[in-house]
Amino acid sequence: MTVPALQLNDVRKSFGRTSIINGVNLSVNPGERHAIIGPNGAGKSTLFNLISGRFGVTSGRIDLHGENITGLEPEIINRKGLARSFQITNIFPRMSVYENVRCAVLWSQGYKYSFWHRIDALEAVRERTSEVVNRIGMTRRRDRMAGVLTYAEQRALEIGVTIAGGANVILLDEPTAGMSRSETARFVELIREVTVGKTLLTVEHDMGVVFGLADKIAVVVYGEVIAFDRPEAVRANQRVQEAYLGSRVADAQMGHS
Amino acid sequence: MTRVLTTRRIVFWSAVAVAFAVLPFIFSQSFALSMLSQMGIAIIFALSYNMLLGQTGLLSFGHAVYFGLGAFFCAHALNFIGAGKFWFPVTLVPLIGGLAGLVFGLLLGFVTTRRAGTPFAMISLGIAEMVAASALMFTTFFGGEGGIATNRAVGKAFLGLSYGPQIQVYYLIAGWCLVTMIAMFALTRTPLGRMANAVRDNPERAKFVGYNPTRVRWLMMALASFFAGIGGGLAAINYEIVTAETLGLVASGNVVLMAFIGGIGHFWGPIIGAVLVTLLQSALSNYTQAWLLYFGLFFLVIIMFSPGGIANLIALHKPVWNAGLVKRLAPSYAIGAVAGLFMLAGFFALIEMIYHFEAKETSSKAFSYFGLMLDPMLARYWIGTAIVFGIGVALVYGVRKVVARAWENLTVELQQKGAV
Repeated sequence: MTVPALQLNDVRKSFGRTSIINGVNLSVNPGERHAIIGPNGAGKSTLFNLISGRFGVTSGRIDLHGENITGLEPEIINRKGLARSFQITNIFPRMSVYENVRCAVLWSQGYKYSFWHRIDALEAVRERTSEVVNRIGMTRRRDRMAGVLTYAEQRALEIGVTIAGGANVILLDEPTAGMSRSETARFVELIREVTVGKTLLTVEHDMGVVFGLADKIAVVVYGEVIAFDRPEAVRANQRVQEAYLGSRVADAQMGHS
Repeated sequence: MTRVLTTRRIVFWSAVAVAFAVLPFIFSQSFALSMLSQMGIAIIFALSYNMLLGQTGLLSFGHAVYFGLGAFFCAHALNFIGAGKFWFPVTLVPLIGGLAGLVFGLLLGFVTTRRAGTPFAMISLGIAEMVAASALMFTTFFGGEGGIATNRAVGKAFLGLSYGPQIQVYYLIAGWCLVTMIAMFALTRTPLGRMANAVRDNPERAKFVGYNPTRVRWLMMALASFFAGIGGGLAAINYEIVTAETLGLVASGNVVLMAFIGGIGHFWGPIIGAVLVTLLQSALSNYTQAWLLYFGLFFLVIIMFSPGGIANLIALHKPVWNAGLVKRLAPSYAIGAVAGLFMLAGFFALIEMIYHFEAKETSSKAFSYFGLMLDPMLARYWIGTAIVFGIGVALVYGVRKVVARAWENLTVELQQKGAV
């Protein structure tokens, strides 16, 4: 039996008296691509924040490759091979594209807090950074200040910063939010490319993206996973249709109408 | 690409070294020499401060603590050497100051860097106050009100260096200044240096790429304190006395001014600030008693009209210079300078009039103002200076638009050339 890349065991989170996550169980096998869907406020982003260590869980347990990571700091979890992106672009605005990516490469190359290495002379860092910049299609933009990039470019950089450290579990929080149709299509392709061979978990609103990208879908409603299955099965699931996909908009997006 | 840059840098630093070596021949008066020595110390201090403020985003109101502790440790070290208790070359004594700074930076920084932003600023202020208060309590180490006096000309002269004459002390300071400048510059190009910028801009993101922002801040704090301590050590050697003021809040505030006036966004900014502030503080105070007022106003003007400091003003002109369009700005700048001088002449005259009017002299309150006799007891002088000031203000107000237009035209042109 393979050890799941990521396993959530009865994870709960409440802020004060408000319970946001009510006992989520989730098991993601290495190399699988999962999408988490659900209505606004269902707790999808909170779930990501719990997994990545941004918030501590109220109870429950989270394992990364069979190792308990519950309650660890984000940077420790990152060093263990889990990286995430943010719904609201979260990059280093006053640094160039290249430097943004390089910041994300440094730790994985073992340079840690070094103040005795000349950063420009680090061959491996340079190669890896250039490779990532190239993969997100920003080689021609590499010296641009991140803060002045277009929205779509910033989203691509966000992905670049996320994958640069070579983490094998990637969490993407609404990677295509706010993008046009054509941009979204290109972007899904990009995500697919850069996450080959990795375990991917993504929160997504765009059903086209979800069905194009995910092997399995977890539906979260009111802090609970009400369905966790292959896309076709989720689409056919009665509870899902009632709770979430019942709206006409979702129907249209899923091609039911 | 890296190789070429390295060669260029070697040439650059060599040029700085030559400049340091030649300066005392150009400014050979003893007062100039001691001012140059002061500047060297201020440069180290201001650059070390900017490792916190500019590079890591930590606004510290207590950086003089590490400078001062370095100075005290060096003063004691010199006294020990003088008493023959242990042997250590005076040339390397600043290193003792550096180590003292490093140790206390690690110790106190462990507490202060738990937080960033305003809490950090407040904690740094608290620690500064605490250390300054302790300095007056523990008189064996800090010497109480009188401070610790020392003698730099101790130990055997090494290679003819006794550090008796000021010129030798100048070269000692210049040498340390050069070495620490290079070291601090190099530090900005290391993994820690880059991550300090990352933590400054977005500490949360830094966490999610594997870095602990607190650790980054702490290390930067320790290293900044190390360099501050070296500066303090040089101050101990230069002045041969260290008092509690050296680590007090005024000294801590002073380095904030230097950094802001020079510009915290550029590595070179604090150097400009250190030179300028030292110059103003020692030169201006020779000419007028109201110098603190002028200094304060100068700071205000910089912060209001060029928040990025002088370095930013220079950086703004770099593309213009590269495009060879400086001559386009020259006429409007010349007019602006004339208008500005007019206004300042009137303004300074008014301030000096008030100052001398308040003065205690009974016989005559008249004074010489740039060779002109002004008498604050006579109304016509008040009217005269007020008119000059008024015209100056009007001129500056009018010229402002001329300069702004010249800039706009230039910006458009630069954009067309693709330089911006």
